[in-house]
Amino acid sequence: MSGTRLPAAEFESEEIALASAPPGPDGGPGMVQFLDPDGHLFDHPEYGRFSSGTGAERLKALYRDMYLIRRFDQEATALQRQGQLALWVPLTGQEAAQIGSGRALQAQDYVFPTYREHGVALTRGVRLSEMLRLFRGITNGGWDPRETNFHLYTLVLAAQALHAVGYAMGLQRDQAADPTLAPAASVAYFGDGASSEGDVHEAMVFAASFNAPVVFFCQNNHWAISVPSSVQTRVPLAQRAEGYGFPGIRVDGNDVVAVEAVTNWALEHARSGKGPVLIEAFTYRMSAHTTADDPTKYRLSREEEDWHPRDPLARLEKHLRTTGKAGDAFFEELVGEAKAMAVELRRDVQAMQPPGLEERFNTVYAEPHPLVQEELQAWRDYEAGFIGEEETS
Amino acid sequence: MAVMTVAKAINEGLRAALENNPKTLLMGEDIGELGGVYRITEGLKRDFGADRVVDTPLAESGIIGTAIGLALRGYRPVCEIQFDGFVFPAFNQITTQLAKLRTRSDGMLGAPVVIRIPYGGGIGSVEHHSESPEALFAHTAGLRIITPSNPQDAYWMVQQAIDCQDPVIVFEPKRRYWLKGEVDTVNAPPSPFTAQVLREGSDATVVAYGPLVPVALAAAEAAQQDGHSVEVIDLRSISPIDFDTVTASVAKTGRLVVAHEAPTFGGIGGEIAARISERAFLSLEAPVIRVGGFHMPYPVARTEEQYLPDIDRILEALERAFAY
Repeated sequence: MSGTRLPAAEFESEEIALASAPPGPDGGPGMVQFLDPDGHLFDHPEYGRFSSGTGAERLKALYRDMYLIRRFDQEATALQRQGQLALWVPLTGQEAAQIGSGRALQAQDYVFPTYREHGVALTRGVRLSEMLRLFRGITNGGWDPRETNFHLYTLVLAAQALHAVGYAMGLQRDQAADPTLAPAASVAYFGDGASSEGDVHEAMVFAASFNAPVVFFCQNNHWAISVPSSVQTRVPLAQRAEGYGFPGIRVDGNDVVAVEAVTNWALEHARSGKGPVLIEAFTYRMSAHTTADDPTKYRLSREEEDWHPRDPLARLEKHLRTTGKAGDAFFEELVGEAKAMAVELRRDVQAMQPPGLEERFNTVYAEPHPLVQEELQAWRDYEAGFIGEEETS
Repeated sequence: MAVMTVAKAINEGLRAALENNPKTLLMGEDIGELGGVYRITEGLKRDFGADRVVDTPLAESGIIGTAIGLALRGYRPVCEIQFDGFVFPAFNQITTQLAKLRTRSDGMLGAPVVIRIPYGGGIGSVEHHSESPEALFAHTAGLRIITPSNPQDAYWMVQQAIDCQDPVIVFEPKRRYWLKGEVDTVNAPPSPFTAQVLREGSDATVVAYGPLVPVALAAAEAAQQDGHSVEVIDLRSISPIDFDTVTASVAKTGRLVVAHEAPTFGGIGGEIAARISERAFLSLEAPVIRVGGFHMPYPVARTEEQYLPDIDRILEALERAFAY
């Protein structure tokens, strides 16, 4: 730069300061919250009626899900450290966003996750050990999505947002052809990092243009590996929806009650033919991006400490205890349940056998393919050449 | 049998697919009211409605990505990419998602999406409108790639692609859209994934596909005048390649020329040359010779006549093969 002071220079420097500010835990006045970090529960004038209830049983069930999935997360991390998994993608901190939204789903809805949605998977009935198969390197999938309407993990960020919209376009057509079908929606999960991908933009354009019954569920966990969300967006992500012409709402992603209510509202909106919704769940990745990541390289421990009081489990536990909705017996029982789950998980993982390469040949195409058949035969012949060799050499 | 152009044959093929399966739907840019920039889908929106002939937003990744979602819901989307050079925004969806869904799901799921792409040069157009990117897709396992060279194949191949359980890219030779020929709408030709011997010969084999098939046939005719009997194979399928048909031909003729518009480096011709040298080495009287585009971005329209393989380029290659 020549050093000439341009008229807009002051404005620019102000903007840059904003962009480089460390992400704070304050979600702003527009953020929907029911349960504050101290465990106080409030009704919400707009979304309160969409909550499935705040009675003891309901809240205990939500807490149980969150507790089990956090314990699962710790167990999976340990399995990675012990060499049983190649990699693990921790979800700690995002339990409320995932359990709250997952529990709002109905059986006929269809979910397109990214790769951190273990909590949503739990709510869909995916076996927890099946989720580890991908990370053990024995499959790139792991479960049959047709059984749970929970699609396979997608590692190319945001690609699944378009699949969710296409699926929703299919739902639209199915419902037009058969009005007796239960109204359904699809849900695209993605993060603040993926929100920068072109596929998210195209997905929102298609969804808006065709009024598709899809809910975009963005977990803004504030970090795309090492890059803060301020590099992905200069406005609250939920605001982007306005540009596409559908509602966007920021919800406290660490408040399972609020997430559930807002997702209920969004799903109902989509299922009833009113079109797409964007939910930004304002949350925090309390752990590393993956077990191969080291957050001390790029973020301050102070920031992690700032978020700590907003822990989604801690605030619900406070609420349950102070209101007497649950006591020691409930929490102790959960410890035992989680321990049993961990034992079973460990057993299942260690029993997982790697597939043979031959099986991989058979999954490339649905219909016979001469090149694959030829290469498979050549590979078999090659392998057969080694039979007995170990003994002789 | 009706006589129609390649363009009309594809239009009729799509119409038949829409009539035969209520789950078939077409999607692409300008394919509705306009009928596509090449009018391939002309009249189909009128007859089948906007839900089955979908004018999409102008976003290629969006077209393929949403088609994958529709396929997961049980639909049979047929996507039109307006021009060869515009497929790349969708390259990610095609190669990382569409091609891999079956293997990612251990064979449980599939996305039988069809992608139609007008390709090739010879129409005097501007940049990105004349390319032949088939090798980029052929290198990706999980996809099937076919290309018709005549109205009969055009009519049937698009329907066979839609019926296939695997994702199929149909590369349509745009400069042959106006080529006329007879179409038998009752009897289907052989599998689209097989090659076809169009002209029998004994001295050399020319393999071509798509837009160069008529050029190869004309070259064989010219070679006949010089006393050479040249066999011509229309490859039809670029992935998989019907190596059995090519090998059998080379076993008979001993010489092979492969012609395509795409650049020779890293192209389909190289793959055929390698495979045939493995399969028919002792039958070969000469090295396999490739005729194709040069290692340059597709050149400006005023030079494409020099760039595109023509009868003389194929004849010259045959001469080189006969010299051994």
